[in-house]
Amino acid sequence: MRKSVIRKLPLLFFVLLFLLLAYNVMQMPGHASTAAPAYNDATAHYLEEAVSETGAINVIAAILADYRAFDTLGETIVLFTSIVAVASILKVTDKKTRAVDDHE
Amino acid sequence: MNDIIIKTIVRLLIPFIQLYGIFIILHGHISPGGGFAGGALIGTSLVLYTLVFGIESSKRKFSERVSEFAESGGIILYISLGLIGVFMAGSFLTNIDAGFPSGNAGSIFSGGMIPLLMIGIGVKVASTIITLFHSLIEEESA
Repeated sequence: MRKSVIRKLPLLFFVLLFLLLAYNVMQMPGHASTAAPAYNDATAHYLEEAVSETGAINVIAAILADYRAFDTLGETIVLFTSIVAVASILKVTDKKTRAVDDHE
Repeated sequence: MNDIIIKTIVRLLIPFIQLYGIFIILHGHISPGGGFAGGALIGTSLVLYTLVFGIESSKRKFSERVSEFAESGGIILYISLGLIGVFMAGSFLTNIDAGFPSGNAGSIFSGGMIPLLMIGIGVKVASTIITLFHSLIEEESA
């Protein structure tokens, strides 16, 4: 009897957690609502001024490569770091030493 | 792979895939797409070439030296464009204020430095994909 109660406790915990999180989701502003916290002055500024400030009619490109160019530089450096890491591990630099080490 | 049908079809397809990738990169500022998407297209076309014609043939087309230049060249282009902003306008990666021509919005020569940045990103992404692929399948054949 006691054991089965203890076994049910995690289930109860997760049901309560689910209810709590579902309640929080219900409190969020709806889809494309103007009351959303992300919809602030910056959004309006980008949509209205992007063409005159950058000359690019694709607002996404204007944000990626002008307003948030530092972010894109960071993404590019992440790619660079990944390729350096992969090359330093996988690259066969000296095939002769490798053949000697292979005792299989 | 030694199938004449696949070889012929791929030989016909690759130029169009790469042309579409270049189109996506160059039109990054006027239509959806940009450096990442176009670079991925060009990179996967080279992956297709490696799969069909083998690593030796692909290494001759896109050698490690070329990939070294492309890897560092993309980032150096990006950072040097940013440094132009430092000297001309006082802050890193300034676009129109640093004197890059704005052009007619909607034409291909517009957006200041955005197309140039897109080219740098595209070269970088394409080279990253193909270098990763080469170094992953190289182990098998070596």
